[in-house]
Amino acid sequence: MADETLDASGLNCPLPILKTKKALSKMDTGKILEVISTDAGSIKDVEAFCNQTGNKLISTVEESGKYIFTIEKA
Amino acid sequence: MSDNKKMTIIATKGTFDWAFPPFIIASTGVAMDKEVTIFFTFYGLNLLLKDTSKLRVSPLGNSGMPMKLPFGPEWLQKIDFGPKIPNIFWSLPFTEYLATFLMKKTMKKNGVATLDELRSMCQEFDVKFIACEMTVALFGYSKDDFIDGVEFAGAATYFEECDGSNHNLYM
Repeated sequence: MADETLDASGLNCPLPILKTKKALSKMDTGKILEVISTDAGSIKDVEAFCNQTGNKLISTVEESGKYIFTIEKA
Repeated sequence: MSDNKKMTIIATKGTFDWAFPPFIIASTGVAMDKEVTIFFTFYGLNLLLKDTSKLRVSPLGNSGMPMKLPFGPEWLQKIDFGPKIPNIFWSLPFTEYLATFLMKKTMKKNGVATLDELRSMCQEFDVKFIACEMTVALFGYSKDDFIDGVEFAGAATYFEECDGSNHNLYM
């Protein structure tokens, strides 16, 4: 179960990443953030973001046009 | 994870459309753990003005610009008027207001951040804004014309910012 949820539906690049960064910066290490996005570009971008920043992408789920990312804060 | 922690951008364009790339790349750069500096020079200074509502985009001389309507029936929205309208039309007075209005509408519809939103995000993320002192004087600007938090310096300062940076972009 996620500790925080960020709904970035309807937002386009780079807003989902910027909002994810902001949300994570307010959280403690080990906490789980769930990000909901409708931007198809965010599938690759969230992965790249996590690779680069060391946060752990636990899962990516696609559900009726929405992408749900589960990220563990590093 | 990468050890390359710095990025610099030289922003030289002052039209509404070209105002976006520097702020998008800079804010994303910080999200990716980079330390980012933007050096605004010549027309790029427009991007630091308190009032950005005067920024315009014109299809004049830019025949590659797609022109689709952001409203109306679906079949109409699919038509690209870009290649259909003679480019000379865009030399008529006030047509850039029309093009800017349509681009803003399209951006809103697509959930693209506004210019002011991206710029404040950059400031919140501590992107360093440097305005080229020489062009500020050249174009007769006063420092009060610009938003708070801008540093005024020259090309040598830009080079100092480049030290240790392996992303140095010219826009």
